[in-house]
Amino acid sequence: MNIAPSRIGRLMLALLPFVLIATIYVVASAERRAVNPDDKLLPPVSEMADAVRRVAFEPDRRSGEIVLWTDTAASLQRLALGLGIATLIGLVFGLAIGVLPMVSATLAPLVAVLSMIPPMAILPVLFIVFGLGELSKVVLIVIGVGPFLIRDLSLAVAALPAEQIVKAQSLGASTWQVAIRVVLPQIMPRLIDAVRLSLGPAFLFLISAEAIAAESGLGYRIFLVRRFLAMDVILPYVAWITLLAYLMDYALARLSRATFPWAYK
Amino acid sequence: MALCRRRRHRQEVADKYGITINVTQINDYVESVNQYTAGKFDGVTVTNMDALTIPAAGGVDTTALIIGDFSNGNDGIVLKKGKTVADIKGRKINMVELSVSHYLLARALNSVKLKEKDIKVVNTSDSDIVGAFKSKDSTAVITWNPQLMEVRAEPDSTLVYDSSKIPGEIIDTLAVKTETLKDNPDFGKALVGIWFETLALMSDAGDKGKTAREAMAKLSGTDLAGFDTQLKTTKMFYTPKEAVAFAKGGELVKTMELVRTFCFEHNLLGEGVKSKDAIGIAFPSGETMGRKANLKLRFDASFMQMAADGKL
Repeated sequence: MNIAPSRIGRLMLALLPFVLIATIYVVASAERRAVNPDDKLLPPVSEMADAVRRVAFEPDRRSGEIVLWTDTAASLQRLALGLGIATLIGLVFGLAIGVLPMVSATLAPLVAVLSMIPPMAILPVLFIVFGLGELSKVVLIVIGVGPFLIRDLSLAVAALPAEQIVKAQSLGASTWQVAIRVVLPQIMPRLIDAVRLSLGPAFLFLISAEAIAAESGLGYRIFLVRRFLAMDVILPYVAWITLLAYLMDYALARLSRATFPWAYK
Repeated sequence: MALCRRRRHRQEVADKYGITINVTQINDYVESVNQYTAGKFDGVTVTNMDALTIPAAGGVDTTALIIGDFSNGNDGIVLKKGKTVADIKGRKINMVELSVSHYLLARALNSVKLKEKDIKVVNTSDSDIVGAFKSKDSTAVITWNPQLMEVRAEPDSTLVYDSSKIPGEIIDTLAVKTETLKDNPDFGKALVGIWFETLALMSDAGDKGKTAREAMAKLSGTDLAGFDTQLKTTKMFYTPKEAVAFAKGGELVKTMELVRTFCFEHNLLGEGVKSKDAIGIAFPSGETMGRKANLKLRFDASFMQMAADGKL
């Protein structure tokens, strides 16, 4: 417990499991290739690099587009819209439910029930109601993460000390002023944290929707090339999605620290 | 296919050859083919096109042991407010991209001198095709039965092209690992035996056949009427003799030439593949297509011939 790694030691320790996984992969890939030189399940790194070069830098034979960028742009647009709308809804309703007992009494049970509906279970309904275009994909993300954000934020409001609210009111603050000047700034860091935690589910819903009906997108490509087991495309796509999600998470963490330094003191 | 799931019967035949056959039903077709290619199974029911693009292109030497049937109207193109194939121009089409539906599309476009650039493909899961067609923004779908029956029932919809225009090109086979078959010919004999005995039962005109078809209909998620309708648009090879004649005929070679050209043009043989000859295909006549050193898909009629001659 009292032995702590040095800075360099920490870095080495952090890298160790990654190197281990990579080594296991390379060995397993070489073994499968020795048995079947056309094996597609565990392609060697060189082939994945080849596939990356093809999808990221060369125009596609069929569409003439550079598929990785088309897919990334399509997916990020859906994700940004979905998460953006969900965040806005989460903030407005979370704040209203937390601050106003009348709203809470009306909406909190509804939100509690809605948040328990597995979004994937109503996907067929969404497709029929909202069509197969962009809208249903964005709606799936909103339905998937919106209720969680609402509940998390209303809980964060409830956790604020009651004395603080009473004090603001006795100093003459209106409900609006309490909500906007006292409560809102205090729950903003929590909002960003909740969005960070929602990134995983948001990607899950995005890729599920793209797998079912789409003409471009990261999930679309993975489920398309799955038809002929093109792991040399799938694995780099997974790595790319992971990197994108990690960068978003990191950016949100930095944003939170830069905007609300008091929350981290 | 719900064939040979009747355990007792399977057991009898398997006992005759002293082997054990385990049959697993996998509800996702592509996943079943992928599992076979990954080495989890020794055999799989697969179409001629997918046998070429998934296991064969993945280096798994595969033998099409049984030719079960070909689609003779079981796959089709349905348009809303359109009367002919040419009306497909400029539409967005919901279908399973890179599947036999895509092949059917290519053949249909070719018949009216259109190009794939003239339309837009929206990759849509086969289980959501029917729902997709109900929404306003979907005006064209390509799918197979039983979904095809559902979408044809939609108001304003017309079947403009189906696989009866290209008979014998979309083939269902039972494919097995060539290596397993070589090491264990009894495995092939047992499968062929079970297959044609089951088909004989299925085509029985009396109550026995009805009971069998009812059970099969249930296993494939429809009822007897639906199952019989599907059989009408499927050219089944009920006897080994018919299947052998088809496998040995010259049409199969022509079909595979069309199929492999389509697959190559759509990068289905692998991204790095430079020619459609990369993967070799062997036919019962001994004729081959593509690289002889890399024969990965073999049509073998010898086991069906044994069944036809009563020598199993």
